[in-house]
Amino acid sequence: MSEEKLGFFARLKKGLTKTRNNIVSGLDALFSGFSKIDDDFYEELEEILIMGDLGVRATENIIDEMKERVKKDHIKEPAQLKEVLIESIKEQMQVTEAEYAFEKEQSVVFVIGVNGVGKTTTVGKLAGKLKNENRKVLMAAADTFRAAAGEQLTEWAHRAGCDLIQGAEGADPASVIFDAVSAAKARNVDVLLCDTAGRLHNKKNLMEELRKMNRIIDREFPNAHRENLVVLDATTGQNALQQAREFGEVADLTGIILTKMDGTAKGGIAVAIQSELKIPVKYIGVGETIDDLQKFDSNAFVNALFDVKQSEEMDDGTENVNIGEI
Amino acid sequence: MAFESLTDKLQNVFKSLRSKGRLTEEDVKSALKEVKMALLEADVNFKVVKQFVKAVEERAIGQDVLTGLNPGQMVVKIVNEEMISLMGSETTEITFAPGKAITVIMMCGLQGAGKTTTTAKIAGKLKLKGKKPLLVACDIYRPAAIKQLQINGEKQEVDVFAMGDNNKVSDIAKASIAHAEKNGHNVVILDTAGRLHVDEDMMAELQEIKQVLTVHQTLLVVDAMTGQDAVNVAKEFDEKVSIDGVVLTKMDGDTRGGAALSIKAVTGKPILYVGMGEKLSDLEQFYPDRMANRILGMGDILTLIEKVQVDIDEEKEREMASRMKKGKFDFNDYLESMKQMKKMGGLSSIMGMLPGMGKMKDIESMVDEKQLARMEAIVLSMTPAERENPKLLNPSRKHRIAKGAGVDIAVVNRFIKQFEQSQKMMKQMPGMFGGKKGRGGFPMGGFGGRKFF
Repeated sequence: MSEEKLGFFARLKKGLTKTRNNIVSGLDALFSGFSKIDDDFYEELEEILIMGDLGVRATENIIDEMKERVKKDHIKEPAQLKEVLIESIKEQMQVTEAEYAFEKEQSVVFVIGVNGVGKTTTVGKLAGKLKNENRKVLMAAADTFRAAAGEQLTEWAHRAGCDLIQGAEGADPASVIFDAVSAAKARNVDVLLCDTAGRLHNKKNLMEELRKMNRIIDREFPNAHRENLVVLDATTGQNALQQAREFGEVADLTGIILTKMDGTAKGGIAVAIQSELKIPVKYIGVGETIDDLQKFDSNAFVNALFDVKQSEEMDDGTENVNIGEI
Repeated sequence: MAFESLTDKLQNVFKSLRSKGRLTEEDVKSALKEVKMALLEADVNFKVVKQFVKAVEERAIGQDVLTGLNPGQMVVKIVNEEMISLMGSETTEITFAPGKAITVIMMCGLQGAGKTTTTAKIAGKLKLKGKKPLLVACDIYRPAAIKQLQINGEKQEVDVFAMGDNNKVSDIAKASIAHAEKNGHNVVILDTAGRLHVDEDMMAELQEIKQVLTVHQTLLVVDAMTGQDAVNVAKEFDEKVSIDGVVLTKMDGDTRGGAALSIKAVTGKPILYVGMGEKLSDLEQFYPDRMANRILGMGDILTLIEKVQVDIDEEKEREMASRMKKGKFDFNDYLESMKQMKKMGGLSSIMGMLPGMGKMKDIESMVDEKQLARMEAIVLSMTPAERENPKLLNPSRKHRIAKGAGVDIAVVNRFIKQFEQSQKMMKQMPGMFGGKKGRGGFPMGGFGGRKFF
């Protein structure tokens, strides 16, 4: 059996080295490295898309669409197709200024997502950003479950310079939301940011808890602009689609915040989510300081998606695959 | 939903294939295409998938298809075996420093992977093993990270060492060892800040810890939902700080967890634990076989495949099928098929393992095992001659059987009637048994269907 294992890793290593030689720098290499649009070309395109976490289905759809365009518009040159491809994804991911209307109105921003995606950090950054735009911001620490989550948000409230409504650890988060909404109305706050506890979308009772909070905001603050943002970790794979779907069942999602975009992950699942669920990415998180939240830029996103320099780096190190230890 | 897809797809692929004997190149290729898709959907890295599928293909072509399996199942069986062997065939434990020396464990990983929670969970596990762990707050960046560790430490009733957020992390780590020595702790767990694998400064911080003290185990904490990037993350951490093992978190979600395979493939390091929930006790051993099943999205069909392999007496099986075909199925055959079924863990357990059935919560109510036992008692109360020739059963014999089985005569009558009906049915549909040998290995075959239970 051990021989077979060794064989597998040796082959993997060889395969990776080979790929390194093939990929020079992302999309440019793909389109200039091929003189004609053939099966090999599509295969390479498929690889880039899947490596970017777009998922099998979205990748197949894109490739089918490209094939159709090639036929319909008589595209012969890879370079021509490049424009078509880039434009098509960009267009799909485009967000208009209207999507950010809540920043200017009296609104309640409900921030939800699974554990560890960066909800609290994002709420902190968002508070800082809105504060800079001279909005009156109030935060609600409705994560009463995780140890020290309240303290964490307190620190962010301090950094952003805004008020915070908090409940005790273990308190009903819906009661914190209720208090926060009352306070927001009483203090005539512009934007109420609600941080919630991370929860896996397949936990029924935790999702019900979220539904209850959502209902309370609706009931208690019907005039406010509602903004329901699901926070997704760009490192996450296909499960992010399921997350968006399930959280969308609880509250009508108006947007996605894609965090940890400063790493090597491409966050391509956002393309699949956009095409399937029509939820736009509105912000991306690119670091840990208060300024590290940016409005989503579909240009930059698509460029990064096809920039495979990182996988080159990865290939360089395959020598270190430790066959002996397996 | 995604869970059944591979099974369903494979069943479609092989619907037309009735061939037995060796797996042909065509069989293997069409099956592996679906396997490849399933692996990609499970977030296994593209390159890993490519190489893996190639390895399986080479092994599978020309192999004999086992009795009781169809070619698709056979391919899946090989895929599964390869995957388990890849992921390590046994569970691994944390290794401790010898003798009375303090074991130092360093946790590391991306932001939000679950390091702090996992640290507290591991501490609880070690405590149960009689160790005296000390948790060290080395995350000086994230607001309230220290506090989080302190609260978790309190819940687990283990000591936490912290020096605030104004000291160098390597200094904190060094000081914690002195503290542990003084207070009789024999395991020190360093909870470090989440960091990106491409953040040179932050990675240097971990290297520095390893320079100033001996770290026995460096554990990489990885979110099970991680996508294609898992290979980059694992490789960078392994190269820069040389990891010894992996903890996979958030496995209580519905992700297929393909990252586990990717990480194992690029680092070769064992997965020690999986995080299964938010409670501090929710940390489990890692079982490579379960993980393989989960990634493949095959439910427990693999378990069924194994059971079919082990338990079915091929000869008897073939004989019975041919008798069924001829409509000669008698009560002896009935007993035999009951026996086979019991060997496999009873009907409800078999049905639970079938793809699609696992989700039906009311299997228990559909299959009344007691009822089956009653039927068996009826047959056992018959004489050998009666079992072979049900026509002998006149009212007086039926009365005797009812008494012997401890049931009402009406039950005996109903049972015999149903038996005769199914006999007729089998005669009418000989194709159900003989022709489709690949699937014919299932002892209950089409026997009487659900009428009996």
